[in-house]
Amino acid sequence: MSVTQSAESEEGRYRLRLYVAGQTAKSLAAMSNLKRFCEEHLAGRYEIEVVDLLQNPQLAAGDQILAIPTLVRRLPAPLKRIIGDLSNTEKVLVGLDIRSDLGPSPAAAKAGRS
Amino acid sequence: MTQPPAPFGVAPASRSALPKAATGIEGFDAVTFGGLPAGRPSLVCGAAGCGKTLFATTFLVNGATRYGEPGVFMSFEERAEDLVANVASLGYDLDGLIAGGQLAIDHVRVERSEIEETGEYDLEGLFIRLGFAVDSIGAKRIVLDTIETLFSGFTDEAVLRAELRRLFGWIKERGLTAIITGERGAGQLTRQGLEEYVSDCVVLLDNRVEDQITTRRLRVVKYRGSAHGTNEYPFLIDAEGISVLPVTSAELDYPVSEGVVATGIAGLDAMLGAGGFYRGSGILISGEAGTGKTMICASLIEAACARGERCMAFVFEESGEQIVRNARSIGLDLARHVESGLLRYEAARPSLFGLEMHLARMQRDIDRFRPDLVVVDPLSSLRGPDAELQATVLRMADLLKSRGITAVFTSLREDGELGRDGDIGVSSLMDAWIKLLNVEANGERSRTLYVIKARGMRHSNQVREFVMSENGLHLVDAYIGPAGVLTGTARVVREAEEAAQALRRQQENRRRQREAERRRRSLERQIDELRASLEAVGEEEAILLDEDERRETLLASERRDRAARRGGEG
Repeated sequence: MSVTQSAESEEGRYRLRLYVAGQTAKSLAAMSNLKRFCEEHLAGRYEIEVVDLLQNPQLAAGDQILAIPTLVRRLPAPLKRIIGDLSNTEKVLVGLDIRSDLGPSPAAAKAGRS
Repeated sequence: MTQPPAPFGVAPASRSALPKAATGIEGFDAVTFGGLPAGRPSLVCGAAGCGKTLFATTFLVNGATRYGEPGVFMSFEERAEDLVANVASLGYDLDGLIAGGQLAIDHVRVERSEIEETGEYDLEGLFIRLGFAVDSIGAKRIVLDTIETLFSGFTDEAVLRAELRRLFGWIKERGLTAIITGERGAGQLTRQGLEEYVSDCVVLLDNRVEDQITTRRLRVVKYRGSAHGTNEYPFLIDAEGISVLPVTSAELDYPVSEGVVATGIAGLDAMLGAGGFYRGSGILISGEAGTGKTMICASLIEAACARGERCMAFVFEESGEQIVRNARSIGLDLARHVESGLLRYEAARPSLFGLEMHLARMQRDIDRFRPDLVVVDPLSSLRGPDAELQATVLRMADLLKSRGITAVFTSLREDGELGRDGDIGVSSLMDAWIKLLNVEANGERSRTLYVIKARGMRHSNQVREFVMSENGLHLVDAYIGPAGVLTGTARVVREAEEAAQALRRQQENRRRQREAERRRRSLERQIDELRASLEAVGEEEAILLDEDERRETLLASERRDRAARRGGEG
């Protein structure tokens, strides 16, 4: 479990938790995709916690984890679950409910990714 | 636990080397010769509400409590609390098992609306959860109920199918005995074709409605590497849990008993050559409403319980309490037998469930209670298609005979038959048949009884009048005379007339005796009188004789005196 970055203010702050199972290709892809995505859209107001279920299997039931990798948005409410390696940025944006006024437009994000 | 007889149609000798995990579900382990394949997944499928979850829960609970195999219940539908509450009525204390580390419940919530798919994924989380739950209690058994729910939560079917295949492989690898439940789909056993992945053992549950009556049935569709019963077996879900009832063989090879059971009615025993019915025989008591069938049954029960035998009565029209109360009016105290546990009443409406279920329930109850005498009152209230009805009654009779249980069936039909047209021969299945008949004459009704048949014993052909009073049941000899057979008051009147005539004859006799006596006495008196006069005459004769003598003596002495005087002068 590692906290990558902390936000300064509570307002508009994102607390994300990424569940992975070991260092699989999908897990690594999800981690790098998430980091990049957050830097692009949520710079300075996000907090990522990575949970490796191989080390902490008891945590899987609490957040109803089935698929790996799963990204859980714990804050802001409501709780959201996004599964997959986060390669589809548009779906991640929809899933995390990030409006375009909070950061660069999805189109820009897409352009930035490619 | 009783060992149920081998199911019909399966060679009981077949044994398999395949290791099996007993489910503890009565009958199911018999049908499958030991239970589910150990260390492998089995599929239990069926439509909604047919008992899949209960079957699976029972498998886990029995595993934990009877076989020392802890289990994991992974529920994809019901929450753990609901699951606990649902089976609490069956006496399953899931909370206690969880606290004791013998059971773990993991509720997997799959909510399509909460899941956004953003790329490649697998179901490793499910494996981790399952693995964690299994390791935490050292589980040997797992249940996945109903894993198909996953298909509603994830869109990528290819990934799901691959993961399911991996899951079942994982279960085998871990050596877990698993039940996977699946909803019945159109044209296949499960909606998502799970049978493709779980191919070792497939059990199909069914809940069919016929004539507005449902019957639960179970069938082992396949069982790789093992013999199994192939029929559809009725199964029960009630307060006792789930039980499968292999219907026993319909062969006529049961042991025959020579013992005789008295009926508790002295007159009836006397009518039967052996002094009662043969133990283990089937007895039919037929008669219309109000002829006293149930009370004859009560007498039989009382007699059996008094001998210390166990009795079980399946009643379809009255409750057990009602019969106990009614029996008290004829001086039978059945309540004490109910209290002592010798007697049990099982009351159920005939329409409560189908014939198969009635039969199945009876078989289960009989195997548990192990009675010596079983009463089915009345048999004629069972309803169903004629063919099924006949088969049911036949199997019911066989079921009881094969266990050596004396069976008493009552029938409301006067001819003792069943079915609308009376073409279902019940009486021919029975060893003894007592017929009760109401005789109406002279504005009154009286009960009569006769023995139509009693296989293997001489029996009276006489119609007997049968009286119920607070002193019990009694048979009275019906009046047979020149006027025919009379019963009831007519009999009483006739008997009174005869008694009066007899009295008159007796009085006349006495009068004539007295007359004769009187005449004899008068003659004797006359004789006495004559004898007295005879004596009187005798006495007179003696007196006269005496006087003569004295006169002669006097004369003689006078002569001597005179002669003496003459001599002195001369």
